[in-house]
Amino acid sequence: MQNLIALLVAAPLLGAAVLLCGGRRLDRSGHLIGTLLAAVSFVIGVVLFSDLLGRGADDRTLNQHLFSWVPVGGFRADIAFQLDQLSMTFVLLISGVGTLIHIYSIGYMEHDERRRRFFGYLNLFLAAMLLLVLADNYLLLYVGWEGVGLASYLLIGFWQHKPSAATAAKKAFLVNRVGDLGLSIAIMLMFTTFGTFAFGPVLHSVGDAGEGRLTAIGLMLLLAACGKSAQVPLQSWLGDAMEGPTPVSALIHAATMVTAGVYLITRSGALFNAAPTAQLAVTVVGAVTLLFGAIVGCAKDDIKKALAGSTMSQIGYMVLAAGLGPIGYVFAIMHLVTHGFFKAGLFLGAGSVMHGMNDEVDMRRYGGLRKHMPVTFVTFGLGYLAIIGFPGLSGFFSKDKIIEAAFAKGGTEGWVLGGAALLGAAITAYYMTRVMIMTFFGAERWRNAATTSPDEPSAEPAAEHRGEHAEPHPHESPRSMTIPMIVLAFGSVFAGAFFGIGDRFLRWLEPVTGHQEGNSPVGAATVTIATMVLLVVGAGIAYLQYGRRPVPAVAPRGSLLTRAARRDLLQDDFNHVVLVRGGEHLTRSLVYVDHTLVDGVVNGTAASFGGLSGRLRRLQNGYARSYAVSMFGGAALIVAATLLMRAV
Amino acid sequence: MNPVYYLYLAALLFTIGATGVLIRRNAIVVFMCVELMLNACNLAFVAFSRLHGNLDGQIIAFFTMVVAAAEVVVGLAIIVSLFRSRHSASVDDASLMKL
Repeated sequence: MQNLIALLVAAPLLGAAVLLCGGRRLDRSGHLIGTLLAAVSFVIGVVLFSDLLGRGADDRTLNQHLFSWVPVGGFRADIAFQLDQLSMTFVLLISGVGTLIHIYSIGYMEHDERRRRFFGYLNLFLAAMLLLVLADNYLLLYVGWEGVGLASYLLIGFWQHKPSAATAAKKAFLVNRVGDLGLSIAIMLMFTTFGTFAFGPVLHSVGDAGEGRLTAIGLMLLLAACGKSAQVPLQSWLGDAMEGPTPVSALIHAATMVTAGVYLITRSGALFNAAPTAQLAVTVVGAVTLLFGAIVGCAKDDIKKALAGSTMSQIGYMVLAAGLGPIGYVFAIMHLVTHGFFKAGLFLGAGSVMHGMNDEVDMRRYGGLRKHMPVTFVTFGLGYLAIIGFPGLSGFFSKDKIIEAAFAKGGTEGWVLGGAALLGAAITAYYMTRVMIMTFFGAERWRNAATTSPDEPSAEPAAEHRGEHAEPHPHESPRSMTIPMIVLAFGSVFAGAFFGIGDRFLRWLEPVTGHQEGNSPVGAATVTIATMVLLVVGAGIAYLQYGRRPVPAVAPRGSLLTRAARRDLLQDDFNHVVLVRGGEHLTRSLVYVDHTLVDGVVNGTAASFGGLSGRLRRLQNGYARSYAVSMFGGAALIVAATLLMRAV
Repeated sequence: MNPVYYLYLAALLFTIGATGVLIRRNAIVVFMCVELMLNACNLAFVAFSRLHGNLDGQIIAFFTMVVAAAEVVVGLAIIVSLFRSRHSASVDDASLMKL
């Protein structure tokens, strides 16, 4: 049975190879091949899952060793896979949501002449992501890690003829490099500390290493997680990544790839448990990001960027939970899975809306769409209820647990983290209600869009047609797009209850991540009630602001915070001032030092030797008598020195 | 007679020879001054031989004479051929070995 594991990765990899090397003759069938191979991967995943379910709880780890990759002396790097409950959860999420999004893309990318290539990249992404979660050592994980970075880069910049998309792709790649640097340093530290980087040996011998070393590794892993999961301070790429096609935003930049950081932290749980400082840093990053993303999400008028802010914020919840240690790991992964459902569903809904609205992304030109797109409205609405944590839906079960766990951290930290998580829940309710109302309710602001349309760059390539179609004709999307949305909506509604009731998910994942009940200073019921109250308050404020009053077509100036949030809380300005300018100044001063000091020393030495030899040359005048003088002088000196030495 | 006086004389002769080498231009005279210096050395050797009461110095003096004789043969040959090619015996005229 374990020989099937490699096939999980091989199927989409084969798809990527065939589609990217196959050329034009596959243009007609490429999307079907890609979707089929993604589905193959999912089916294998389900087969393996049922096999794991048939085993005892402690016997659910399968290993497959393909070959030794780099056997050099004491250094061993293997291509080997490890499938346990944690990997299994990810495999099902990645290949399941991935297959749905492949199906959705068939309809969404129908008119794109580079659709075959798009599916090739999607398959490449699936292969890399599955490799990331199936690897049994950190080095192979790193291969997958870089692979998803590459696929993300290719897909963000898929419409490379648009300068904004090309820039966004480069930005994502560069910011991710910073995180990747952290991961590579962490792996090197692991090798020097433990002499290996296989998960088993490293995580079992954590006790032998000093805490300082573990903290360093933990912080480097956190840096890696920040890059891939768009956490503060490496969050700036995610908003721009929305330049990619919407299915990409749904699959990579919401459901799967951006959660790789959470996987990394959870996988290295044993290591973080032994390094409390690193763990505290993880929780702080998570708490800051969940508020940061939520605030950004409140101010964006671009529907995809609002959802991107929300993604950042929700991953902040997961990172926060993963930083809490054994009381949080399970809930981090649980929220990750439910978030995978509802956020992918929301993004697909947003894509469906854009599809019907001539690729308009500005929510101020939506409104009243519920009558025109009933399926999208219902699925998006269910996703909305799930994300804000409406009782009984997915987000309710997973997010509440995280808030409880944050309080259970204990002490001042517990109160601060729990408070941040609660506040985040209120803001989530606010910005999601805002998105919902602006898109599906209220006046149909798109009716006169042509006259008021300011020239804003739109995220989709068909934007140039907008001028010709003066007024969009919203219509429901084709079935290949609505069916994945309906499936994901089912997930958004029932996954939480399925996982949460009877602690099914907890019992499934506990053997890998470990679990311990925290003793919360506030009861579970109190937390739930507080969350509900804040949810109603947040949604209510949004309703008063956007539901009761007409939404202006041009964004009002807004308060200082709103304007800052529209510019992503000045993250790019900060990066520009601190990193770009700072970097320029640094390089300039280094060039100056190089020119004056380094070159000065080198050139000065050469010049002084040149001058000295010019002087010495004069002695070489060819007159035998002057040579004789120097000989006599030298002899006299030697005699004098000898006499002097003897006198002493 | 105190052998030290011979040493003084040797030093005087050596100095005269060295001065002559340094300030005279005629190659023959310079050559004679070199001989003078060699003879000053010989005198010193013999004086030391006497002072220390052994024959080492006297033997060295013989060697010096042999070397000086050989040197005269070679040196005069060079001077003569130099004179033939340049019609001058001035050492400053042969100043080609410079940059």
